[in-house]
Amino acid sequence: MLSTLHPPRSLSSRFPRYISSLPVTLCTLTAQSPPSQILSIRHALLSRHVTATQLAESYLSRLRLTEPHLRSFLHLSDAVSQQASRIDELIAGNEQVGPLAGVLVAVKDNICTADMPSTGGSRVLEGYRPPFDATAVRKIKELGGIVVGKTNLDEFGMGSTTEGSAFQVTANPWDVSRVPGGSSGGSAAAVSARQCVVSLGSDTGGSVRQPASFCGVVGLKPTYGRVSRYGLMAYASSLDVIGCFGSSIADTGILLHAISGHDRLDATSSKREVPDFASQFASTDFLESKPLKGLRVGLIRETLDDGVDSGVISAIRGAALHLEDLGCSVSEISLPSFSLGLPAYYILAASESSSNLSRYDGVRYGNQVTAGELTSLYGDSRSKGFGPEVKRRILTGTYALSAGYYDAYYKRAQQVRTIIRKSFKAALDENDILISPAAPSAAYKIGEKKDDPLAMYAGDIMTVNVNLAGLPALVLPCGFVEGGVAGLPVGLQMIGAAFDEEKLLKVGHIFEQTLQNCRFVPPLIEDDSAW
Amino acid sequence: MMASTFFRSIQNHPLLLCPTALFRRKNGVLYCTMKGTEAQTATQEKQKPHIKVPPRTRTKTIDKISKDYEAIIGIETHVQLNTHTKAFCSCPSNYGSLPNTSVCPICMGLPGALPVLNSKVIEFAVKVGLALNCKLSFNSKFDRKQYFYPDLPKGYQISQFDVPIATGGYVDVDLPVEFGGGHRRFGVTRVHMEEDAGKLLHSENGSYSEEITVDLNRAGVPLLEIVSEPDMRTGIEAAEYAAELQRLVRYLGVSNGNMQEGSLRCDVNVSVRPIGQSQFGTKVEIKNLNSFSSVSRSIDFEISRQVLLHSQGQGDQITLETRLWEEGAQKTVTMRKKEGLADYRYFPEPDLPGVILTKEYVDSIRDSLPEAPEVKRRRYEKMGLSMQDVLLLANDINVAQFFDATIAKEADVKLAANWIMGDIAAYMKNEKLTINEIKLVPQELAELIASIKGGTISGKIGKEILFELLAKGGTVKGLIKEKDLVQIVDPLEIEKMVDEVLAENPKQLEQYRGGKTKLQGYFAGQVMKVSKGKANPGLLNKILLEKLNSKN
Repeated sequence: MLSTLHPPRSLSSRFPRYISSLPVTLCTLTAQSPPSQILSIRHALLSRHVTATQLAESYLSRLRLTEPHLRSFLHLSDAVSQQASRIDELIAGNEQVGPLAGVLVAVKDNICTADMPSTGGSRVLEGYRPPFDATAVRKIKELGGIVVGKTNLDEFGMGSTTEGSAFQVTANPWDVSRVPGGSSGGSAAAVSARQCVVSLGSDTGGSVRQPASFCGVVGLKPTYGRVSRYGLMAYASSLDVIGCFGSSIADTGILLHAISGHDRLDATSSKREVPDFASQFASTDFLESKPLKGLRVGLIRETLDDGVDSGVISAIRGAALHLEDLGCSVSEISLPSFSLGLPAYYILAASESSSNLSRYDGVRYGNQVTAGELTSLYGDSRSKGFGPEVKRRILTGTYALSAGYYDAYYKRAQQVRTIIRKSFKAALDENDILISPAAPSAAYKIGEKKDDPLAMYAGDIMTVNVNLAGLPALVLPCGFVEGGVAGLPVGLQMIGAAFDEEKLLKVGHIFEQTLQNCRFVPPLIEDDSAW
Repeated sequence: MMASTFFRSIQNHPLLLCPTALFRRKNGVLYCTMKGTEAQTATQEKQKPHIKVPPRTRTKTIDKISKDYEAIIGIETHVQLNTHTKAFCSCPSNYGSLPNTSVCPICMGLPGALPVLNSKVIEFAVKVGLALNCKLSFNSKFDRKQYFYPDLPKGYQISQFDVPIATGGYVDVDLPVEFGGGHRRFGVTRVHMEEDAGKLLHSENGSYSEEITVDLNRAGVPLLEIVSEPDMRTGIEAAEYAAELQRLVRYLGVSNGNMQEGSLRCDVNVSVRPIGQSQFGTKVEIKNLNSFSSVSRSIDFEISRQVLLHSQGQGDQITLETRLWEEGAQKTVTMRKKEGLADYRYFPEPDLPGVILTKEYVDSIRDSLPEAPEVKRRRYEKMGLSMQDVLLLANDINVAQFFDATIAKEADVKLAANWIMGDIAAYMKNEKLTINEIKLVPQELAELIASIKGGTISGKIGKEILFELLAKGGTVKGLIKEKDLVQIVDPLEIEKMVDEVLAENPKQLEQYRGGKTKLQGYFAGQVMKVSKGKANPGLLNKILLEKLNSKN
């Protein structure tokens, strides 16, 4: 039953068995490989095996059963079945439907949606309904996607557990006593528990990748500029990107393709052409013996240091072996500037956030406190509207940008950023991709780090450098560590050169399709016949 | 706790001086408060094309003391650019629309909205930078200037901080003749691009409290801030500097430069120091200057005030502050004290890429620049026009263009200037028309001048034709023909008319010949009447005199 948790089982059978000892000819698409839900839906709809309404209802019924345990959504759309039946009408009338027709997409609540509340997880925007769709959401809708609801997050994306939401705490589908990661915890949990097909998150310092790792789903942080930020509530503008979650690489790539491209409403969006990421997912039935032959993979030594969970390290080393089996040449590389990323990130992100959150003053929208004078209007609206982590970052950023401190903090952090960018560039000149864990540990208990912000910040060590360098990174589940009732998933992070998401998705797809004995379906829904 | 940290800057704002103000938000379009009608503007006097400052009646003592001090004046000018759309969104930037009707998610600072630069802003900034003889920054950027105020939707203003688009220029100015004339060059420190804020509308709602609402139509309208060097010494110099900036932006077509609408706003910094002292005195900023004359008069007032304090040993009472010019009372009053420098926490705007200019781009703009007012004035001066004429003609680019077009048709320079500044200017003033609205075209003015000069028509008829042309248009030739106005220059024809008049007035002729020579005027008038005013006056008089004095 969905509503009950599974009893503990032997973990060993669920650990991935790397295929190094097997003849590579067996390296074929197996029944266990995650299918593309999007492609299956499209096939089922167009072949009239199922209607969009039936599909939507199956997701919604699972959502209704799991949501009381997970609390991944802040708001659910009341127009899903209406939109699904519209798609059925189109199909019945033999009319064209978009590639995302009937696909239920969850959207992180810091991404604006015209017909639903968008709060950013903050009291200051409680009840706020934007008059426009974010560009990414608009594109999804134009391609037939159905926005199923708005997912929970750490307030304005500031946090790593989703406990920082002003409204509710989201649970991890693998173990509901644990956090789903954050800040896009709601979007990760929703995909993990198949409450939706794919979802949008945002990644400023790892907010897509770390929850993907914690929830055992695929998470993609695109290159800065690949996806328009228009409609994403800014946290740190020079680092923010909208990212994608899916239960397979294919779904993630298809979603990325849908939302990518230049947008005249975002001056920082790139005019580069968007390759058709989806085309390479078609035929994996017959892979060559060494499908990734010649691919140079750099394993970042600094990410396997002390402080990283030993189970995580062995999962990553196992993944490296798997890549070697696929033909890659894996070598350990060093990024000496790696440890500088965390302090630089927290200076820059806090500085930009102190500025970006100035607009939440209660004057034009959102919660306003009645006040007799201007200082109280601002002071009360903001002190009541923001939670403690947001206040902490605003104060930090305000301090870092103040006269007399700018050079010591903000300017210095920018210099570090340049060094980090250069060191990644050099490493990616030598290697096709870099790999590392997505987080130093698997999902931890709710409340475990809530009152220790520095411990929480330290958990972002694996991901922040990638944002500082503006590079694309893909996280995909590669194994488990012990914990919970069925083990806890561990994500492998693959970092690529700027705008080379295509390569990441290709490598990720082959990795995923060849990973044996590993099913990343959380126990919460494992009895569901669909999985 | 945190709140007090954030509101440092706001403590300096005037609104806090009225603690009864009630802040509320009502549900309006796009969550925006709107109430009240048009923006209230302070009492303003009509803008004049040229500065006219009534001589101030200052006491002799002050005048005497003033000689021992010199004033140091610098001006920050905000010029609203007349781009069709705002700086960072596609809202039309119209002055005078109903409150909050020209707004969108971007200029209202809604969550998730991003700025995208209107490239016209760069073009206009480059034009002004070049026209001010500045050095351009080929690689500049935008920065965020952060403070809280209800008219600032994002909580920061997109501006330029350490790398402005243009630096180190100057303005050449000719002081008005009535103030002694003279040429001055004032330095320009920098020109930078930024966005305007909205406006607060104050309205009494009948009870004890005042309701303050926000109109965001102006929010995001592009501005250029032009900062002068502290090179000016008198109110007139400052006013003339501002007037030259107005001429310049109008010449360039980048702004209407209207001070009353706030399209050109001057904030003036004034300090005084004893002559011979190199250190600057404490400077005072003056705001609310709606005309050039208020620029000039407020500065002169402020200089007198500061000099008087100095001379009374109370120089320490001059504090770093912003003062408001009160037009009615003709004085400056304290608006707010400046407690240390505000910390705007500038940092580079991450939502906008850097502003990169290419040499080709700058060259193409340079090639398209119109003749600058200063260059025009020097050219007119060389033509032999008086400085008074030069200043008047070059003051308005449209008038100057009309004049240039007229003399391009080979009209006499001095005569063309006289006609334009005399009868044509008077007509425009009476009819409240601009030179582009009158029906007369430069070619016809040139034709008119030539016709008078060549003797085809008399000056008197010329004037009649002019008013016909001004009001209805048409051509000089056409009107002369239509009204049969060609001057009679045939001596025989005039002689015939003279004979006729003499024959009809034997009595007067007898009196004339008896010594009453004053009657010559009477005869001349009669002959002119017979000729319907068309007889050449010189010829008429010559022939008449001959006839009167011939004793046959």
